[in-house]
Amino acid sequence: MILSEKHEMMKKLFRQFAETEFTTELLDKLEETGEFNRNIHDKMAKYGFMGTKIPVKYGGQGGDTLAYVLMVEEFARISPVLSIYANTSNSLAAGPLLFCGTEEQKLKYVAPVAKGEKILVFGLTEPGAGSDAGGTLTTAVQDGEYFVLNGRKTFISGAPFADHAIIYAKTDPTQKGSRGISMFLVDMKLPGVSCGKDEAKMGMLGYPTSDIILENVRVHKDDLLGPLHKGFSAAMKTLDGGRLGMAAQAVGIAQGCLEESIKYAKERKQFGRPIANFQAISFMLADMATEIEASRELVYNTAVLADTGSSDYTSRCAMSKYFASEMCNRIAYKAVQIHGGYGYIKEYKVERFYRDARITSIYEGTTQVQQMVISSNLLK
Amino acid sequence: MTTYQSTDINAFHGVWVFCEQRDGVLMPTDFELLSEGRKLADDLGVELCGLLLGDNVEGIAGELGGYGADRVFVCQSPLLKQYTTDGYTKVVCDIIMEKKPEIVLIGATHIGRDLGPRCAARLHTGLTADCTHLDVDTFKYAAFLNSASTLDVDNMIFNENDCGLKMTRPAFGGHLMATIICPRYRPQMSTVRPGVLKKEAFNPRKAEACTIEVCPVSLEAQDIRTKVIQVVNEAKAIVDLTAAEVIVSVGYGISRDVKKGIDLANELADALGGVVGASRAVVDAGWITADRQVGQTGKTVRPKLYIALGISGAIQHRAGMQDSECIIAVNRNCVAPIFEAADYGVTGDLFQIVPWMVEEASRR
Amino acid sequence: MKIIVCVKQVPDTSEKVAVKEDGTMNRAAMKTITNPDDMNAVEAALAIKDYTPDCSVIVVSMGPPPAAEMLRELLAMGADEGVLISAREFGGSDTFATSQILAAAIRRIGFENTDMIFCGRQAIDGDTAQVGPQIAEKLGIPQISYVFRMQKTGNVLEVRRALEDGYMTIQVGTPCLLTCIKELNTPRYMTVKGIYESEGKPLQIFDYETLKDDSMIESDTIGIKGSPTNVYKSFSPPAKGTCVMLEGSGKEAVGKLFELLSQKHII
Repeated sequence: MILSEKHEMMKKLFRQFAETEFTTELLDKLEETGEFNRNIHDKMAKYGFMGTKIPVKYGGQGGDTLAYVLMVEEFARISPVLSIYANTSNSLAAGPLLFCGTEEQKLKYVAPVAKGEKILVFGLTEPGAGSDAGGTLTTAVQDGEYFVLNGRKTFISGAPFADHAIIYAKTDPTQKGSRGISMFLVDMKLPGVSCGKDEAKMGMLGYPTSDIILENVRVHKDDLLGPLHKGFSAAMKTLDGGRLGMAAQAVGIAQGCLEESIKYAKERKQFGRPIANFQAISFMLADMATEIEASRELVYNTAVLADTGSSDYTSRCAMSKYFASEMCNRIAYKAVQIHGGYGYIKEYKVERFYRDARITSIYEGTTQVQQMVISSNLLK
Repeated sequence: MTTYQSTDINAFHGVWVFCEQRDGVLMPTDFELLSEGRKLADDLGVELCGLLLGDNVEGIAGELGGYGADRVFVCQSPLLKQYTTDGYTKVVCDIIMEKKPEIVLIGATHIGRDLGPRCAARLHTGLTADCTHLDVDTFKYAAFLNSASTLDVDNMIFNENDCGLKMTRPAFGGHLMATIICPRYRPQMSTVRPGVLKKEAFNPRKAEACTIEVCPVSLEAQDIRTKVIQVVNEAKAIVDLTAAEVIVSVGYGISRDVKKGIDLANELADALGGVVGASRAVVDAGWITADRQVGQTGKTVRPKLYIALGISGAIQHRAGMQDSECIIAVNRNCVAPIFEAADYGVTGDLFQIVPWMVEEASRR
Repeated sequence: MKIIVCVKQVPDTSEKVAVKEDGTMNRAAMKTITNPDDMNAVEAALAIKDYTPDCSVIVVSMGPPPAAEMLRELLAMGADEGVLISAREFGGSDTFATSQILAAAIRRIGFENTDMIFCGRQAIDGDTAQVGPQIAEKLGIPQISYVFRMQKTGNVLEVRRALEDGYMTIQVGTPCLLTCIKELNTPRYMTVKGIYESEGKPLQIFDYETLKDDSMIESDTIGIKGSPTNVYKSFSPPAKGTCVMLEGSGKEAVGKLFELLSQKHII
């Protein structure tokens, strides 16, 4: 895709920022401590990256979906975990609010999130409700002006340091499956809200993930987000944007892997010459580059489609996520292979990319869920 | 004053060197420029004059004769005590317009690089900055070109009557060398970086023979549009890299253990009687002060021995040290560009190698 | 109040350099960037604009048409207007002729007593640090170079200008010209919002026709004819003799090295 001058400038901005600010020291620190880094978060917030896709009216930068996708890709190319820092606010947090929030809710919650002043996370998944998100067991029982929430959310990225969470809870137990679920804006400091221990993850270290435990949490009815009992379909609409972002992340990771591999293949000498001279390696690089380019086109095109309101959007987002994340894992595998033994050593960037890549085909809807979405669209 | 016309080539004679002083102390670059100026003046058969501005500086002018000046023009005024662009530009241009030297050399210090261009603009003439080599004699220039380039000099035509100043300088961050000329205007102006030209030995007889000429200065307070509030000299001792015989420089390769890296460099420098320098990356990271930076935007050095530890050898760094007599590079990466500039190279971990070097150096 | 910032698009000489067969730089093949010192100048102007109502920042560049892209980026950073000075007649100018053209362009843009001009200290391709001071001379305004700290109160600027071993604190009023060095500030990035907004900002092109009526622009004050200095020869420095790489990286290698240095009387 030929990007407009505007989008070329944006790509350059995101790339410059990532290359300058995501230093090796910072990345090593994130990896070693696994801790959230407030400094880089605030720096990203200063430049409005948390609100790239959020309208100016609500404190964002007013960018289109393509701007958002370019940002996630360019950030992930240097640091997959730091692309998440700027991602959540744009998609999973602002998404539901902009989609079905009241004007008061939008003004109250979106602006601080867009400016990175507050962190809002997405609480859908439960120990018993992953791909089967409709199997939500968290309940919300009305009690006068309030709803009382009880339950447990799991694998919530950002939970340990979040200010608010959008929690999905069953409000009408008589309805089966994904019906009867509502969304609530829950202040993480409310009595009864607590977080589990930080998960010890395989990758994406530096953005802690944990359970959110809700014990008789009283949430005011003004913080009900969207229509009562109908929150799930809102969730699904939001996930489309998030999926596209994750597809962009996968493209970025793959690009990072490719560049490292090219550099290594030119330097590493075996049998008297750089291994890049051998077809076994150069053809691998050709395959990697081609797959990345194909994924990139799919993702960019879908991003442009997003802003046209096309009905194909949901399916295309699922295709983008499916294709890009599976591709990313293949590329990461090849990248480590090209590095040989060094690809297994933590000092080499591809070792981290490989572990970070693995989650891309799992979170925000596994590959299998994406396949479900695509096939159901084909067979309707 | 006769009318001044910078295109009237034949009216200009003499080689001048602007001699900078700060707080009544002559800058070392003055001696380097006079040494070079002496050669140019001899080639042209003209006088070499120093131009000294300040307040009550007549007394220090004699030393300039010892480095080759036949005459020193001294322009004094309380208004010239501190450097100001307006004050110095006026006085320098006034006297140049009156006496019409054909060549004016200025040291490319922070002040020289402020003064030079302003004067050149006012005098409507050309200025070439940061020159590394100067010639007036065509054959000497041809010989220089032969040794300094890959051009086919033997098949080039040179005009033996051309005694214009040929000013050679690096461009594009040091990737390219260019010889600049200023054929249609006078004076031909050139700034030269401190430490680049060789200072000749001080000649006491010449110092005695030098004529000091105090010149009238026409300068009023309102001519100067800026106000110097204060001049601050950093309290810490400034290292003089340009005078050091041995320099041990550290690069980003010490990042693994910055303190140890610098300690090792200090040890080696001490053992060899030298000083510690650094690449720009190290200075930018805040590990070493800027006065130790070697390179295109740092200092140009040509010590007897330059040891580069963990320095990759980007062209901007090499531009600042490649004329050192002997260059040794230590780097983990056997294809680091520094080895292209070095005379000797050791591939390996500097944290292991430097202690052995210290041992060897202490033994000898 | 206007702050005019002179900027230059330069090849990125910190990267690998493309050289043609005749030894001259192949500018067309190289990545271009905004000259680093100029970025500090732009940031300084924007920083003043941040707290000054009614302050407009105009970025000016003399260069070939692709330099317009650079000006757009500076508009996205926050500058209000851009001016590109581009004409065949201006090509081949040395610093004298360049400063002549820039001075004429600044007069054309309009330069009042309350205005200021910021420049970078030097460009990484020419490395002369001459254009800034020469513009100041031609406009008849005071200059301060090597500025690494700046504070504006009303119409008075108090700056610190770097010396090799310290600095001078200087006060100057407007109009004036300052040249900036990297220690002055950290240039801000563009923002997505800024990129959208830059589309609506004016970017003018000044060609020969635009400036030819200014008294400073004559056929012998611009281009090669207007340049007191000319390039006589240009060449690449020859590659040094091959480096003697010591075998191994152990103690023996170091011993051998010092043996060699000792023999050659280097130590």
